[in-house]
Amino acid sequence: MSHTNWPLYEVFIRSRSGLSHRHAGSLHAADDDMALDHARDTYTRRMEGVSIWVVRSDRIVASDPAETAALFEPAEDKIYRHPTFYEIPDGVENL
Amino acid sequence: MNRIKPDAQLALRLYVQRLGDNALITGQRMIERVAGEPELEAELANANFALDYLGQARMYYSYAAELEGAGRNEDDFAYARNDREFQNFLLVEQPNGHFGDAVVRQVLFDSFYLLQLEALLECSDQRLAEIAARAAKEIRYHLQHVSKWLIRLGDGTSESNARVSESLARYWRFAGEFFAGDEVDDKFRAAFNGPDLSALAVTWQSNIDALLAVATLTVPADIEHPVSGGRAGLHSEHFGFLLAEMQHLTRSYPGATW
Repeated sequence: MSHTNWPLYEVFIRSRSGLSHRHAGSLHAADDDMALDHARDTYTRRMEGVSIWVVRSDRIVASDPAETAALFEPAEDKIYRHPTFYEIPDGVENL
Repeated sequence: MNRIKPDAQLALRLYVQRLGDNALITGQRMIERVAGEPELEAELANANFALDYLGQARMYYSYAAELEGAGRNEDDFAYARNDREFQNFLLVEQPNGHFGDAVVRQVLFDSFYLLQLEALLECSDQRLAEIAARAAKEIRYHLQHVSKWLIRLGDGTSESNARVSESLARYWRFAGEFFAGDEVDDKFRAAFNGPDLSALAVTWQSNIDALLAVATLTVPADIEHPVSGGRAGLHSEHFGFLLAEMQHLTRSYPGATW
């Protein structure tokens, strides 16, 4: 009916204590409170979470897809940024 | 050890059965709303709530069937009884109307039902206290949810305010039945430390007054002769149609499974 009138919210769910919130999806709601209720009823029906964050989608600052090359491709050939050049001393099982 | 007198045992069974009746009929009215909510998210909430009530009805009826010990099961209570045998409040069987009607009806009923469940945590029948503890968690959320909706609608536009004011005026006369009580309530209270309805009435009224104030709605005047009859199985004209739809399948195909 009035989907254009209700703003879009992004939903983040923490599945267990100690883990971080992960993006679960989005939904429509008329206000912040309603967004939390809707997130609870839409995304935690099967015990998916112990904590919910909601944020209005238009409040999220996102990177520009057109800038992908400039933003991310320079990292492609910087293999020295990966910690793969250390010699692991004998006897160290986990590092 | 005190042996429970038969009349107390019957009062317990009927009390549990009535809890089932309220839950089942509330759930059935919500099921009728499925696919009719204004938004997809509201649709999910409504269906979730309906199933919560249905699940509660199953717990109550299963227990009532055990207490009765006559070989009936939960389905027999839901689908094989006639209108006069149901003893739900008349409020919960009222037709759905518009979204604001549903919100007002749920606020009035759930704010009573939650108090009832919280009082039942203290009752001396352990099984019922356990069911009440489980149900109270669900109803606490339902009540929060519909209360927020009542505030949005009451304190919303002049049209939404006018429409829920009208709903409130229509349903108010049914609320007195929550607290009227009859011999089942009296016996249950005496034998099992059941709820004190007059204390519940005071708390209910002050909770509702506070909520309506936030929602900028006027508390309706006291009703001199509130509607009653549900406890005696005397229903409003709408109830037969509700039962006909709810029981149609099991009446037409007794014992059907899938």
